Amino acid sequence: MKTKTFKTTWRNIRRSPYQAFAAVFVMALTFLFISFFTFLLFGSSKAISYFESRPQVTAFFKNEVKQGDIDNLKNQLIATNKISSIKFVSQQDALKIYKEQNKNDPLLLELVTADILPASLEISTTRIQDLSAIDNMLKVSPLVSDVVFQKDVVSVLTSWTNALRSIGLGLIIVLSLVSIFIMMIIIGVKISHKKSDIEIMRLIGADRWYVRWPFILEGVSYGVVGAILGWLFSSGVLWIASPFLASFLKGMSIFPISLLFLFGLLGAEIIVAVILGTLSSFLAVLRYLK
Amino acid sequence: MIRLDKVSKQFPTGVFALSDISFEIGKGEFVFLVGPTGSGKTTIFRLLTREILPTTGEIIVDNFDIAKLPNNKISHLRKKIGVVFQDLKLLMDRTIFENIALPLEVSDIDSIAATKIVEDIMEKVGILAHRDKFPIQLSGGELQRAAIARALTLKPDIVLADEPTGNLDQATAVEIVKLLLDINSTGTTIVMATHNEDVVKALSKRVIILDKGELVGKDGKKLNTSTEHSEKKSAIIDVEDRKLEDKSKDRPETKSEDKPEEKITKKENEDEDF
Repeated sequence: MKTKTFKTTWRNIRRSPYQAFAAVFVMALTFLFISFFTFLLFGSSKAISYFESRPQVTAFFKNEVKQGDIDNLKNQLIATNKISSIKFVSQQDALKIYKEQNKNDPLLLELVTADILPASLEISTTRIQDLSAIDNMLKVSPLVSDVVFQKDVVSVLTSWTNALRSIGLGLIIVLSLVSIFIMMIIIGVKISHKKSDIEIMRLIGADRWYVRWPFILEGVSYGVVGAILGWLFSSGVLWIASPFLASFLKGMSIFPISLLFLFGLLGAEIIVAVILGTLSSFLAVLRYLK
Repeated sequence: MIRLDKVSKQFPTGVFALSDISFEIGKGEFVFLVGPTGSGKTTIFRLLTREILPTTGEIIVDNFDIAKLPNNKISHLRKKIGVVFQDLKLLMDRTIFENIALPLEVSDIDSIAATKIVEDIMEKVGILAHRDKFPIQLSGGELQRAAIARALTLKPDIVLADEPTGNLDQATAVEIVKLLLDINSTGTTIVMATHNEDVVKALSKRVIILDKGELVGKDGKKLNTSTEHSEKKSAIIDVEDRKLEDKSKDRPETKSEDKPEEKITKKENEDEDF
């Protein structure tokens, strides 16, 4: 491809600025949505990881249970090979945690002693599906007074994320198709405007690709510029909203978003933009340059 | 160089633009394609450049078999033929220089070499002073010269000129024909479609006459025998005895060194063969 091809492409863009603006705007909108959707998926997967990393099952023991019995139960659980982590919290440990959590409320601290706080086992499983089996195992144990587990929180979050992923992908596909059709129309109009010029060029010996390349490059340019604008806008909004989101999602290691992730997203979007731009302009060229 | 063998062209409307046309044009010839509007002159040019395909018959142009030419070879054929279109087909948003450089551009010629070639040709056809003007800023004759210049940039073996004197005054028409004769003198085959009788009569060149898509006249006969032989659909007529002298008196503005008669009254030996 020669410099002349790029010059011709630039001239085509410059001479119809409103059409160029419309094409870039549509592409920017598509990539803005793709960026926001990616942030949402990234955040929700981080949230799931956070919840999955928390103790998923907590078994509270009766006061009269001996340490040896608890150790036996712990070993039985480990033997299932479903456990990713297991931690024993004694009554004294529970009191420390309680004091730490309520250090600003002296009244609550005065009322509580280690005797009334049960010892517990905090258990995480390798897979969420194994939580029910562990839960059943603990419930039938005569040592355990109560079992609390977060299966519902994680499963609800997982199902929401899955739904979000399906809806988002559907919307991305629809928006991409809309972008392709709009780009096809815009480039098709440009080809129609230059029909006589193209005819002249063909009559004096221009081959098909000499005529096609500037239009294909034009489509790619709209795609790439749209992708960069969409990414810039979404990243800017995320940057501005970061302080608020960070305090809202306290404890989850989402913020600050890594620059590597952001630039990786930009790279991926540019690749998608090149594919969309090439596809739409090539379809237009096939349709209008017969 | 150019051979048409029993070529017919029927358009989708059912109209026959050409019927059973056969003729040959040799390398370095200057041939007039003469006939009234609608006689099929432009259709022949469109066939020769593979803009359209013949319905029947065979067309050979510089060893290219037009009917069998694959799509990816069409540009190769067109680069070997310089065409001066009836409506000129200049790009209005490009300068004269850019228009003339276009065939070099599409042929991927280096821009420095292209600039030199284009400037040389512009000088040859006498429009170098207009290199940075747009087509709308030039007169009819200057535009015609620009179109001829563009047709010459790739040094084609064949130049097809479709009514190059169509909308020009007599003096300018003579200048254009003289320019084509100069090009022909370098060995380039020229086929010029025209219905300008004055130009045809003024030159001792071979004439192919078309009427309603059919050839009329007969090879080697005088102009007035065309009707007599029309049924044979093959005519190549020598008009050697028609000199430009009669016409030159009507063109006082033409400089003496530019007078076409000085060149064209000279009998060309090859015309004897027709």
